[in-house]
Amino acid sequence: MIAIIDYGVGNLFSLKSSLAFIGAEAVVTGDSAVIASADRIILPGVGAFEDAARKLRESGLDKVVYSEVAKGKPLLGICLGMQMLFDESHEYGVHKGLGLIPGKIMPLSDVVGDLKIPHIGWNALSLKKDSKLYKYVNEGDHVYFVHSYYGAECDSYVSATAEYGVSVTASVERDNVYGTQFHPEKSGEVGLSILRAFCEI
Amino acid sequence: MITKRIIPCLDVKNGRVVKGVNFEGLSDVSSPVELAAYYSRAGADELVFYDITASAEGRELFTDILCEVASKIFIPLTVGGGINTIEDFDRVLKCGADKVSVNSGAIKRPALIEEAAKKYGDQCVVLSVDAKRVDGQFRVFGRGGRDDTGMDAIEWIKRGVGMGAGEIVLNSIDTDGVKNGFDIEMLEAVCNVVDVPVIASGGAGCIEHFTELFNALPKVDAGLAASIFHFGEVKIEELKRELSAKGITMRL
Repeated sequence: MIAIIDYGVGNLFSLKSSLAFIGAEAVVTGDSAVIASADRIILPGVGAFEDAARKLRESGLDKVVYSEVAKGKPLLGICLGMQMLFDESHEYGVHKGLGLIPGKIMPLSDVVGDLKIPHIGWNALSLKKDSKLYKYVNEGDHVYFVHSYYGAECDSYVSATAEYGVSVTASVERDNVYGTQFHPEKSGEVGLSILRAFCEI
Repeated sequence: MITKRIIPCLDVKNGRVVKGVNFEGLSDVSSPVELAAYYSRAGADELVFYDITASAEGRELFTDILCEVASKIFIPLTVGGGINTIEDFDRVLKCGADKVSVNSGAIKRPALIEEAAKKYGDQCVVLSVDAKRVDGQFRVFGRGGRDDTGMDAIEWIKRGVGMGAGEIVLNSIDTDGVKNGFDIEMLEAVCNVVDVPVIASGGAGCIEHFTELFNALPKVDAGLAASIFHFGEVKIEELKRELSAKGITMRL
């Protein structure tokens, strides 16, 4: 069973539906005991970093994330959920993240020049690691992005990038901790195959 | 790089997909759920799901149909039709929509754009505009293309983007349903004044019209059509392969 952490941020309809579609049993929950009993954990998120990080901390669910990750349970952060895995974010000030992936979240506007912000749409993955998450993914497969901030100073943990003026961090991983900047639940067949691969880790 | 997008539009009335020529003479085509699933498999980059009669008759969007579509389709989904309040945004976003398109609701109360952009982010708010040439001007039409609002479309779009609209769908009533190609002139006028994505709508009849669109206007991000896809006159797989072969970035 997969626990999708519910800490009052964002809309989980598509994520829940996509997991159901691939036949994975998933529950949306804010209950530490349920999260602790799950086989794997997904940390979703949309919106602003500061607000989301505060809600996660106030709900006390950051503690169960730490303890389950320490036991080796697979964790997948999606979009803002990926960003929260980092040490800190520079979105409207500097805010502390979970520190599970070394690096920081920086504004895309610093690096992409004249390109439109947010980076929104389908972009091709350039694979940097032989990741378990990409078991069914080919170099150049497209996934769907919507974001204005990106993972920086995390080179050794980057598992894929996407070209948007510069190489933008598309996904990261460190041991049993995974994160995708893009939305697998909105990335068609490729996205479903990534979720399927996560379920098989 | 970001790909250009091909977007089938599902105009829905009473739970069925319809498409009219110049918005008149609607004909029943198929089930939204079946069509949406078919398009997703065929490679559609996004789907637009409109309740086209909602503005005129105040009809609520059928959220159960939307939920059913969104539970089977895992590509970005834009929903429009009868969006007049923040509660309407909330209602469709909870059913799995990623973006919400406003048209008549924003004409009636422009602040809706600003309120929604603040609450859900610019990327969530799509300003859809039906425009037509009147007295040498591109004029905004409301209520599903029936009412001349008297507003200049270019000024309206600039204002909408200024208030936080993250994307523009420009539907030319002059070319809609005619299948003679997109309204390049009108689209160019819009592309020249905004820097958010512009989606071209109205007039596509064959693959060449999409090639012409993306070649003539590199700033256009997507092409939207309905009946040519619904009736199989243009196959999405074939369209995207052709565009890719002509050097246009596509997700294949």
